[in-house]
Amino acid sequence: MAELGSAPVPAPGDEDHRRGPAPGPDTPLIIVYADFECPYCAATELRLRELPLHAVFRHFPVRSSHPRAWPAACAAEAAASQGRFWEMHDALFDDQARLADPHLWARAHELGLDLERFDAERRDPATAERVKRDFRSGVRAGVVTTPTLFEWRDGAATRVDAAELMARLGGT
Amino acid sequence: MIEAGTPVPAFTLKRGDGNDFTPADLEGQKSVLVFYPFAFSPVCTDQLNLYEEMLDEFRAKGATLYGVSCDATYAQAAFAEKLGVTIEQLSDFEPKGAVCQAFGVYHEGGFPQRALVIVGPDGVVQWSYQAASPGDLPGANLIFDALER
Repeated sequence: MAELGSAPVPAPGDEDHRRGPAPGPDTPLIIVYADFECPYCAATELRLRELPLHAVFRHFPVRSSHPRAWPAACAAEAAASQGRFWEMHDALFDDQARLADPHLWARAHELGLDLERFDAERRDPATAERVKRDFRSGVRAGVVTTPTLFEWRDGAATRVDAAELMARLGGT
Repeated sequence: MIEAGTPVPAFTLKRGDGNDFTPADLEGQKSVLVFYPFAFSPVCTDQLNLYEEMLDEFRAKGATLYGVSCDATYAQAAFAEKLGVTIEQLSDFEPKGAVCQAFGVYHEGGFPQRALVIVGPDGVVQWSYQAASPGDLPGANLIFDALER
């Protein structure tokens, strides 16, 4: 069992889901801990998509209030193994009212994924472990709710308010 | 608030089934008492949801969590059911806040401070923490820091 005591936010790495222009002075590197069933996350994600930033997504599913958060996170990981993480990420946040299994299959179909492989991989314990790795890193960094955003700069993460970030980068 | 090294005071809380919960129920196990201000309030919701997600890890550390508030047992049960939280709830409803006062975590506004108390199997407090404000949510990492120490 991995330790869960306090630790800094892990540096963005190759195993992270990342998109956007290369980080630079005008394109901050933003790490988002989020839950696919959290409405605040969806609202934030829709705005982040419009901003000039380099995004890193990390899972922080909380099943008690969001019973489909874990299946959705695992579906995103199963899509990732076929190279379509961000497409599934966006499709999940775009319609949180439809997160049941048939809705996940429908999204996988629309993305042209190998459905049998998708369904096997989303149920694979290794997939849940991948999600849990993100979740644990958030817990250790003191994440308590979603969405929680950090800006990675000069080798360290600083918590950043979504509204402030949007104002800074010209979003609405 | 009650400090590490102090034996827990005599107290009686109410369990969901109406039975008493006393220091005898803490014996022989490591317990985490999670004092929270109000059932159904936003921060308490986030707090119980987060800790519920970590229950397996708390169990792996040998720790049992209890939620403690001044809400009536029926309100606590409805709150836990709404969230889908299984952490046992204990009520400090009548005399209101008596246990919170005994632990030194009663807010002058008439509700528990947001506080955490770890009690060892011998009934002695091992660690305690009170959030700077009832609106601050202590991360689960703080509890694990104390449990892993």
